[in-house]
Amino acid sequence: MLAGLVALSRDRVLALMSLAHGDEKHDWSSVSTVDPLVVLYGRILRFDPTNPRWEERDRFILSKGHGPSAFFSVLAACGFFPEDTLRGYMTKGNPLGGHPDRDLVPGVEASTGSLGHGLPVAIGVALALRAKGLISQRVVCLTGDAELNEGSSWEAILLAPHLRLSTLTLLVIDNHTSSIEMAPWEGKLGSFGWDARVVDGHDHEAMYEALSRHAPDRPTAVVADVGREDEA
Amino acid sequence: MPTMREQACATASELFRNEERVVLVLGEISLGYFEDAFRLAPERAVNVGIMEQCMIGVAAGFAMEGLLPIVHTITPFLVERPLEQLKLDFGYQRLGGTFISVGVSYDYSIEGPTHHSPGDVAVLSTIPGFEILVPGTAAETDRLIRATYSNGRPTYVRTSIRQNGQSLEVEPGRIEVIRRGNRPAATVLAVGPMLTPVLEASAGLDVSILYATSVFPFDGETLLREAGDLVIAVEPFQEGTLAPRIAEALADRPTRIRSIGAPRRYLIGYGTPDELNAAAGLDVADIRRRLEPWVSV
Repeated sequence: MLAGLVALSRDRVLALMSLAHGDEKHDWSSVSTVDPLVVLYGRILRFDPTNPRWEERDRFILSKGHGPSAFFSVLAACGFFPEDTLRGYMTKGNPLGGHPDRDLVPGVEASTGSLGHGLPVAIGVALALRAKGLISQRVVCLTGDAELNEGSSWEAILLAPHLRLSTLTLLVIDNHTSSIEMAPWEGKLGSFGWDARVVDGHDHEAMYEALSRHAPDRPTAVVADVGREDEA
Repeated sequence: MPTMREQACATASELFRNEERVVLVLGEISLGYFEDAFRLAPERAVNVGIMEQCMIGVAAGFAMEGLLPIVHTITPFLVERPLEQLKLDFGYQRLGGTFISVGVSYDYSIEGPTHHSPGDVAVLSTIPGFEILVPGTAAETDRLIRATYSNGRPTYVRTSIRQNGQSLEVEPGRIEVIRRGNRPAATVLAVGPMLTPVLEASAGLDVSILYATSVFPFDGETLLREAGDLVIAVEPFQEGTLAPRIAEALADRPTRIRSIGAPRRYLIGYGTPDELNAAAGLDVADIRRRLEPWVSV
């Protein structure tokens, strides 16, 4: 399936998340990823929900594994599994837990939860695709701003430009939960060699434009500023 | 005889040359052994520099795409520093990879405790599904790597400076029977490079001697068949690491278990590997001194 064939919207994903959360308030960790995920799965990524391991798919790794209900809702909306599965979110016997498990959930590339693991893995995936001659496939890794406190993430941020991984995109959801000031993003990531830009994390066109482009000789970083929870 | 490190790198290079699914993930160590590999297929060989957590994650990414990563660096930086990556990126996600260490226990004898790693096997033993191999010679290193590099499971290969005097045709998951005593007072289970020291230390003692190069999988069946009621493990890593495996294999009968291995303390000081092994109580004289009272009871 090519990108753009799935009718995704913020409202649709929020409605599906209500199946997972019931009457409880959606957690900010999930909600803050909704708009970027809608753009990614609706317009950017190539995938086939009937064949989740399709060799020519783009790869998406939710490195920030916590708060995955938005991700699960997007996967359900795309047809990776029945929407009704969301009703059993985080309950016994249901494959949808508090962190995504690649062996349990179709469409999940990596089992994540412990922060700082996803970007190194994404580098390995991008290198593997290059070794296999799959040079048009993209690898997108979603992290949070606080996750980037992790040293292992900065190891990977140092390494990816060195390897000229132009197919790799780091998508940072800046929901301002980091206790350590992470800005200025463009200056920090740019000085490590990334083609970095900050966009409004609710502006779908801006995110689409930022996520569509990638430099030929270095990785891309898109920081989606979604504001603070009390501003949402 | 080549060193285990030389052999491991040669074997990995040959597998890399002959098998397109093999990839090399290195952490700035042993690069000289892999110059041909980097020239031959640079898209399958990566030196990540000094970033061991990232190194394991990169290897996992390769494995997710069906490739066969061989990862190599100095033991404490391969095992202890990125332990969570080994546990989650490989163990939890059931990905295959070969992790070849260099410099085990006190091999980096002039470097001090920052480079000592007698606890490597103990900590890796906590990861479900991780296989742990402890060859005793370079030839055994070659055999074990070839037998496991594509087994689809995370597999640790522990290479040491210390080597046995002769090689056996070992296999993962199999204990070898070296000698059966007449009326043996004990069964000595020598692990990896401790076989030759055990043979020397037990000269004249009526003991049976078994030889293990595989901690996981562990050959409990052979141990159960061959062992008497006193089993003495002689380990090149932290003392007592194998005791749970032995206890599990012999759970249904009364057995005494003794262990001789690296002490659970920092070894402060410098010298040759032999000198540090002696300081740790791992030389022939110390093994003999500890064996004698147990087997003469």
